Amino acid sequence: MVPKIMKQGRLAPWLYLLPSLILMTIFIVYPTFATIRLSLLDAHSVNSAATTCQPGQPCWGIFENYRYALTNPEMLAALRNNALWILLMVPGTIIGALFFALLADRVPYENLAKSIIFMPMAISFVGASVIWRFVYDFRSSGPQIGILNGIITAFGGQPVAWLSAPIINNFCLMLVGVWLWAGFCMTILSAAIKGVPAEILEAARVDGANEFQVFGNILLPSIMPTIVVVTTTMTIIILKVFDVVYVMTGGYFDTEVIANRMFELIVTNAGQSTAIAVVLIVLTIPIMIFNVQRFRREEAAR
Amino acid sequence: MNPLSRLNKFFGKLPVHFAVILMCLLWVIPTLGLFVTSFRPREAVLTGGWWTVFLPQPQAVGQPEYTKYCSSCHGANGKAIASADLSNPSVVNQYQSAASLLIMLREPINGQPHLLNPTLPSTPKDALNTLTPVLTYLQTLSGQKQASSQFTLNNYVDAIVGYKGTTDYLPDCQNKVPSTLAVMNCNASDILNPAGIGAAFINTFIVVIPATLFPIIFAALAAYAFAWLDFKGRQWIFALLIGLQIVPLQMALVPIAQLYVQLGMQSTFLGIWLFHTGFGLPYAIYLMRNFIGSLPREIFESAYLDGANHWAAFRRLALPLAMPAIASLGIYQFLWVWNDFLVAKIFLTTHPVLTVQIQNLIDPLGRNWNILTGAAFLSFIIPMVVFIAFQRYFVRGLLAGSVKG
Repeated sequence: MVPKIMKQGRLAPWLYLLPSLILMTIFIVYPTFATIRLSLLDAHSVNSAATTCQPGQPCWGIFENYRYALTNPEMLAALRNNALWILLMVPGTIIGALFFALLADRVPYENLAKSIIFMPMAISFVGASVIWRFVYDFRSSGPQIGILNGIITAFGGQPVAWLSAPIINNFCLMLVGVWLWAGFCMTILSAAIKGVPAEILEAARVDGANEFQVFGNILLPSIMPTIVVVTTTMTIIILKVFDVVYVMTGGYFDTEVIANRMFELIVTNAGQSTAIAVVLIVLTIPIMIFNVQRFRREEAAR
Repeated sequence: MNPLSRLNKFFGKLPVHFAVILMCLLWVIPTLGLFVTSFRPREAVLTGGWWTVFLPQPQAVGQPEYTKYCSSCHGANGKAIASADLSNPSVVNQYQSAASLLIMLREPINGQPHLLNPTLPSTPKDALNTLTPVLTYLQTLSGQKQASSQFTLNNYVDAIVGYKGTTDYLPDCQNKVPSTLAVMNCNASDILNPAGIGAAFINTFIVVIPATLFPIIFAALAAYAFAWLDFKGRQWIFALLIGLQIVPLQMALVPIAQLYVQLGMQSTFLGIWLFHTGFGLPYAIYLMRNFIGSLPREIFESAYLDGANHWAAFRRLALPLAMPAIASLGIYQFLWVWNDFLVAKIFLTTHPVLTVQIQNLIDPLGRNWNILTGAAFLSFIIPMVVFIAFQRYFVRGLLAGSVKG
């Protein structure tokens, strides 16, 4: 709490807050409401979205842009792909990161190993996409210059068009995501693992528990809150995943995601673009409520 | 611990070492591939995988023939006989074709045939076929033919000046190729060619520095107020701020783009500075408030008893003590803005930053890997240095619980 003896003018706090409050109002609060309004208007933000309804076609009236955002095949593919990312890539990354954090904890070169896994976080997603486009490079004839196809052809196999063959390409993109974000998850999980008192683990070992029992019965429950935090954070990040998909496939070949659809429509159709943005924030609201509650609990525990 | 049990412990851990090292290798190989490629000549990039540079190299043209017929007397480098120095261009220049070389070789030297052991094939056709590669090798030896080097810096030069042709900038400028002179100046000013990575580098710096400093300054002020000043709605506004952290920046793109058009601010540096500042603030304030709020209350109380006002307490106490938090925040925001693609792509179209410029260079058919690899690595240098130098602060900034828009 604020020390009572430090007197202040009534205006003083607001002078400290003013620059931040003005900027956040202009760039976050106002656009949030403006986006909701624009999502109910047509492509050029002039008339109501209801005017874009075609006779004989289904029409959601003023929510016509949401009909696009929720039922159009392109958007359904994007929603499905985002769901795939969240259901497969997020748990995959977290399990892999946890596995690595546990192993790295046991070797003397732990810091070096962790730095290597974390390194992709320092470079841009565009740069990472260039790196991986090269890994996935495909030539229909002649020598392969991408290492993946290089290995396959060296063993006499047929080269694979990793980024344009549907289904496979989604997994290839997710693999890039794992490569990028595993370091982030690993760092947070590793800090949590180190926070578990060594005496408790040692006591369990002395009592005859094997390493799997120590992990399953003691370590895992202790770091569960952290795993939940990493999961929610990753889910929010993946809901907005954009750069990797935009640079690697442009959303073609059935790899579309929500944020890329939104970007593609920014210039051509402000109504549909903002409707997608609203869908995006509605999807993050449950996570937001969860995080605010977590903050309240932390504040109460202070 | 006796040596045997130490050895036992080491072998017991062998699977762990194996798994950790394997994963690290898997993480490094993609980047290594791009790194190696960025130093390879453009023809080599497209005709063979980057891993082939680690395999034994095929010999230069004519080297096996030279070794068979000539090196026993002239030596491997051609310099063994001073009066017939084969690395001397004027000696080699006397023989413009394999035929002239053959005529010379048929003449005896010091009363002996020139080639005794082994002798050249007797039919002229076979002899010429053997001598053609030998001549090529002699030209390479004497430096008239450029031995195609395995590594080059041309990719980086091409990337910096943004030279997207099917040839390299430096040789083209040297040879005064007309189509090159039409688009390039062939002097130092090309470094700032708007299509190149050099210009993008400067644009990125212009964007990054204010976009990192503004949020830190504003957030420090606001954080001090949230931590040590009393005002109505303090908890309430701060809770709202936590919520703002999760608003995706996608929510702001269309309205702000429209606003900038109305204000004539589209594609200005000011526009992108303010956008990054606005979206950087909620997290920055949250992190700084937690740090400044956890400083011991006694130091503020005693400062106040000594006659300091809030402004002095902020400048002389809170700011210096918050340096670790400022460092974390600064590095986090710096890397975020440096690596940003979406915001720059929308709000700064006329001055492409590094990420946007690299995306511009991507060829869907993969014909220009050489320039792309150079460009990508140039864009990695600064964030890598910052990351390696300040890794601890960066990780701390992440651990503070970021869910950034």
